Amino acid sequence: MSRKRSRNIFIATCITPAIMLFALFMVVPTFEVFRMSLYNWGGLSGNKTFIGFNNFKVLWNDMRFIQSFQNSVLLIVLVAVLTIVVAIFFASVLTKEKVFATNFFRIVFYIPNILSVVIIAGIFSAVYNPRTGLLNSILGLLNLEQLQRQWLGNQDIVIYSLAGALVWQAIGYYMVMYMSGMASIPESYYEAASLEGAGKFKQFSAITLPLIWNNLRTTLTFYIISTINLSFLLVTAMTGGGPDGSTEVFLSYMYSQAYSNSTYGYGMAIGVVVFTFSFVLAAVVSRITKREVLEF
Amino acid sequence: MKETKRINTDTLYKVFIYVALITLAITIIIPVAWVFMASIKENQEFYGNPWALPQGIHFENFREAFVEAGMGDYFLNSIIVTSLALVFLLVLALPAAYVLSRFEFVGSKFINGFIKAGLFINVSYITVPIFLMLLGWDQSLRQIFDSGFFLNNLSVLALIYAVTALPFTIFLLSSYFETLPSDFEEAANIDGAGYFRTMFSIMLPMAKPSIIIVILFNFLLFWNEYILALTLIPGDKKTLPVGLLNLLAADRAAVNYGPMYAGMVIVMLPTLILYIIVQKRLTQGMTVGGVKG
Repeated sequence: MSRKRSRNIFIATCITPAIMLFALFMVVPTFEVFRMSLYNWGGLSGNKTFIGFNNFKVLWNDMRFIQSFQNSVLLIVLVAVLTIVVAIFFASVLTKEKVFATNFFRIVFYIPNILSVVIIAGIFSAVYNPRTGLLNSILGLLNLEQLQRQWLGNQDIVIYSLAGALVWQAIGYYMVMYMSGMASIPESYYEAASLEGAGKFKQFSAITLPLIWNNLRTTLTFYIISTINLSFLLVTAMTGGGPDGSTEVFLSYMYSQAYSNSTYGYGMAIGVVVFTFSFVLAAVVSRITKREVLEF
Repeated sequence: MKETKRINTDTLYKVFIYVALITLAITIIIPVAWVFMASIKENQEFYGNPWALPQGIHFENFREAFVEAGMGDYFLNSIIVTSLALVFLLVLALPAAYVLSRFEFVGSKFINGFIKAGLFINVSYITVPIFLMLLGWDQSLRQIFDSGFFLNNLSVLALIYAVTALPFTIFLLSSYFETLPSDFEEAANIDGAGYFRTMFSIMLPMAKPSIIIVILFNFLLFWNEYILALTLIPGDKKTLPVGLLNLLAADRAAVNYGPMYAGMVIVMLPTLILYIIVQKRLTQGMTVGGVKG
């Protein structure tokens, strides 16, 4: 057997199983999402008729979809802004300041990221419980009874309660990301700036922020993708979209239409819209935040 | 005069930093610790002050969760699915990543791009099509054997977990294999080792640090996953997170809090223990090629 032939056999043996299975369980279902969105496909009987873009037309006037759209966009913006501010603050504190027990804080802050979404749903159900919840009882102890709320029962604030849980979950992860960016900035830059009389805030805005800008840009895409995904998982586990649709998000609405309601075609049309939206949003955000990369 | 003012703002800033750090640490530690505390409380204790310490150690909650709520069986199912999925993943991803990163052949560029595109496919979107596909296969099987195979099957679930983790894992392993010098393969070639021998006894052992990171990440991913498990296992062979989901809903309705918190402890304790043992590797490995799910 020639060397060339044995090389080809080796290559084929190594990559064929992975590629076949990847195509079967990831690529085919992805195409299915797009194909099914063009069908009226309902029930387990598998009746399907081609209806073109009709599902999308219905979607356009579906008030529950529009509400889920608003909720998702609100969550993406809130979670991204809050997490960026908090995570960058703690990342710069833990890398730049001589803090006692740095490691302890780093380890603790990352804990929420290793917990299952179901656990986070359980924890926050306990925190937000109106009667015996941790949050309301702390507010009671601090004599702030007027701030006590039905955190998960009040339609006007439940979406912010969800945002709180998502930020709680995300801080540690992004903090570690930003820390790795900051750790590679040479200490001498800060020393020079300090000699020039630049204060901490000036140092941050003139050195740290520009030098981690690319790092920060990458995470913006992560915020979009992961908030869409995690808000779905959290909503499904915690509120089921309630009360009265006030926490319905993109994919939770898709899942309830496609799986629970068995209107697969309609559900997949939602999937197509969400997928396109997140892709376009990520591209736009990445475009408008583009700056020249600074070398150091 | 100016000097003292400077010191004052510095001290104030330091105090502010510590207050912030400690506040965040508390908001993370307290709820998690509270769940542990609640898991040994008796039911009537939940009507009082939530901050009261448990009156005794009520291990009955764990027995109820394990036996009556079936968390014991689900625990076993989760161990089976997670370990099988890790085995499938390594068997599929290691050779593929090795070949894709170190061999040039017709279509190698295309295949690399193809797999990288998979990084953008989110499992939440394709859960329903996967379910329908398996359902279709089961329906055809039923016409011949009168029993399905693909749904309600822990091994199939494990295989799908492994496949959905392929793009990220191949990406991570490839970026490691690319850094190795080609001297090793040349030396092995001169010594007369074939391709398979070179891969198994020389290249794969060197990738051990990356393999450990792959196992850690995917263990957490597989152990915590619930939407595929919920959809593809409609029967009673549930995994832990799905079991916990039912426990959360059922116990809230029946106002039986103790076993619910015991269930939460059962699900998160393994991940917490693992995390504490390996936390350094995990947070370092994340920066190698972090993609958030």
